[in-house]
Amino acid sequence: MEAVVKFLNPLLGLFMAPLLLGVISRTKAVFAGRNGQPILQPYHDLWKLLRKGVVYSRCTSWIFRAGPLVGLAAAVAALLLVPFGGQPAAISFEGDLLVFAYLLGLWRFFTVLMALDTASSFEGMGASREVIFSALAEPALLIGLATAAKFTGHVSLSQIFAGLNTDAWLTAGPALLLTGTAILIVFLAENSRIPIDDPNTHLELTMIHEVMILDHSGPDLGCILYAAALKLWLLGMLFIGIMVPCRSGNVLLDGAVTMLSMLGLAVLVGIIESSMARLRLLHVPVFLIGAIALSVLALMLVMR
Amino acid sequence: MPLANTITIFNCRPLEIGQIPVLDIAVFRNTIIDAVANGQRIAALFAAPTHDQRFFLYALLADDNAGELYVLSAETADTYPALTPDCPQAHLFEREIAEQWAIKPLSHPWLKPVRFHPGYRPGRDAWNRKAGESILPCVTDFYTVVGEEIHEVAVGPVHAGIIEPGHFRFQCHGENVLHLEISLGYQHRGVERAVCGGPNKRTLPYMQTLAGDTTIGHTTAYSHLVESLGQTPTSPRAESLRGIALELERLANHTGGLGALAGDIGYLPTASFCGRIRGDFLNLTALLCGNRFGRGLIQPGGVRFDVTSPLSITFLDRFYRFQKDVTVAVELLWNTPSVLARFEEAGALTPQICRELGLVGVPARACGLEMDCRYNFPAGVYRFSHIPVSTWHSGDVFARAYVRWLEIQKSIAFIIDQMNMLPEGPVITATKPLIPNRLCVSLVEGWRGEICHIGITDSQGIFRHYKIVDPSFHNWTGLAMALRNQQISDFPLCNKSFDLSYCGHDL
Repeated sequence: MEAVVKFLNPLLGLFMAPLLLGVISRTKAVFAGRNGQPILQPYHDLWKLLRKGVVYSRCTSWIFRAGPLVGLAAAVAALLLVPFGGQPAAISFEGDLLVFAYLLGLWRFFTVLMALDTASSFEGMGASREVIFSALAEPALLIGLATAAKFTGHVSLSQIFAGLNTDAWLTAGPALLLTGTAILIVFLAENSRIPIDDPNTHLELTMIHEVMILDHSGPDLGCILYAAALKLWLLGMLFIGIMVPCRSGNVLLDGAVTMLSMLGLAVLVGIIESSMARLRLLHVPVFLIGAIALSVLALMLVMR
Repeated sequence: MPLANTITIFNCRPLEIGQIPVLDIAVFRNTIIDAVANGQRIAALFAAPTHDQRFFLYALLADDNAGELYVLSAETADTYPALTPDCPQAHLFEREIAEQWAIKPLSHPWLKPVRFHPGYRPGRDAWNRKAGESILPCVTDFYTVVGEEIHEVAVGPVHAGIIEPGHFRFQCHGENVLHLEISLGYQHRGVERAVCGGPNKRTLPYMQTLAGDTTIGHTTAYSHLVESLGQTPTSPRAESLRGIALELERLANHTGGLGALAGDIGYLPTASFCGRIRGDFLNLTALLCGNRFGRGLIQPGGVRFDVTSPLSITFLDRFYRFQKDVTVAVELLWNTPSVLARFEEAGALTPQICRELGLVGVPARACGLEMDCRYNFPAGVYRFSHIPVSTWHSGDVFARAYVRWLEIQKSIAFIIDQMNMLPEGPVITATKPLIPNRLCVSLVEGWRGEICHIGITDSQGIFRHYKIVDPSFHNWTGLAMALRNQQISDFPLCNKSFDLSYCGHDL
């Protein structure tokens, strides 16, 4: 049974991740008074991109072509490490939380390289912004995970999340709340959502993540978008793992609660995007440093 | 108070060509420089040939405080001392003169083509380009900043969004913009030249498509001009309907603009609702004349469609609903801190720069300058119904957005007023032929700002020269200045807050 669950979790992520994007769009549409696109539209988009041809600029190298695949591979590998709610992940070992963080790092590294590879001034700007902001998001994530690790006494994601049950919330509620908030900010920043970035903008000068993939097309773009959906799923799972302490031991119940929470998170993102404007780019670091401060505070609370 | 060396001219009142003082070029130059230093503004500066190929420079000066207009002229040779070094707001006009007529303003600091078209005088060119040499738009020298840490970003002419073509060059230090240079001309069609020899059947459609979103503004300016030159009386009812159409155009564009500003900062509610409400206002224009942009509504002599009383009831019924909608949608902007944080202090201009560059319309009023043709140089219905000038003091994106909101409110009140008490009478009268040898100025406050049409008739009573100054022509430089020391990521926001026309500039 446990083996099946371990195997099912990543599969669930692979299939359900684009659904979150659909839910976010639908929420935003409702707030804007529109009917919105079908909830399954992201799947259609991916399918459409996979059937298209690809255009490569003559001045790009193998890095430009490798980038999307490396990103997708990193995302799938990370998916194997992250537990679904309290359920153990497919692979878990001591210190896998660092591997998780740096799989995201590797992915970002290649995204930045492939953006620089095009020698476009836009993509260069996007790369520079991405690097600055993720350099600030990364400590917030790592310190947040360290808080959870310190509290549960484990350094493997599966064990940490198994330990974050209702009792944990009763003893260290404030610390977990702070960590969860920090992770939420990281989640918004890493997934280029409002208030840090605007995934729907067409204004190349204001983009952060989107501008780095302007030159990609067809299946390559499909890979990137799919990997981005997986990232939404991965970081969302971290957030839900902390904030929703449903660890009844009943696999079906826990799984259902986690899945519903994920959809709830998508709705929450939609609400955030519908109710506030983007930050001025200059103020994004301040926001992210706020996330770091929250994680540090949480860490201090559990170390007390 | 009359200005020395000039003659006072009134909006929509023709002047005999012979009455315009012809000055020595040095006196011409000094008069303009002194007038601008004393707070006046160059509304138009252009060169016009006579039938025997002599060239005259004409300048139209506007004194917004006094509500006076002055004209002066000078005969010029193929070169003349440039005004620009002493009067920056002449710079684009002088480049235009050089491009069109190969009349070179000497010691112009940055003499480059404006619209990248061959000159109008065969065999002569201000840049000594050969006849028949292909001229590519925006292939020219750009201002560059050099240094290890400087990078150049070129945007356009093809943009990611659906906007008109224009080329923008940023000199950046990191995210900081040191300088922005804007180069346009992709949409040059040669309208001014095509109008010469008119008015004929084609003239009105040209005016309707000068800038697609300002159809009412430009056709009103043109119609006023033709009516004045022909001394055709128009009925008060027609003028009221023109006023209603002009304010509807302002409402639609201001609402759309505020929505687009919200969209640029990712604030969805206002973006979505204003997009729809803009369409609602356009549909009201369609209710009046069958076309959302008001094409075919206004023509010399009056308007082509009357408003029956059931129509006005339907109109007002819908209008009250849209008034509520737009109020709710726009008030959200001022009540959302994250929106204000983006708007405030972004792309700020000082009144000083505004005056030096001769900006008009919303950007000028957002700096606290009280200028509005409806108030300073009223024509048509605005002679009888005044609209207060809306200003704000901070000069930033917020000010430009807020002035547009103030204007929305005033336009709404104006339309309700006019619709409720439309004068009786016919809506159209037959036009008469134009009087020969006259110069006439027609100013209309379009939604972007001052629209200036100047027509000169020859001895046959047809247009010998026609000059159009769209507000965008004045204001593009303002956008470039507003971007200095701003974040490059704020450019779309600043650009949208100016909301300028590409084809209105390119003509």
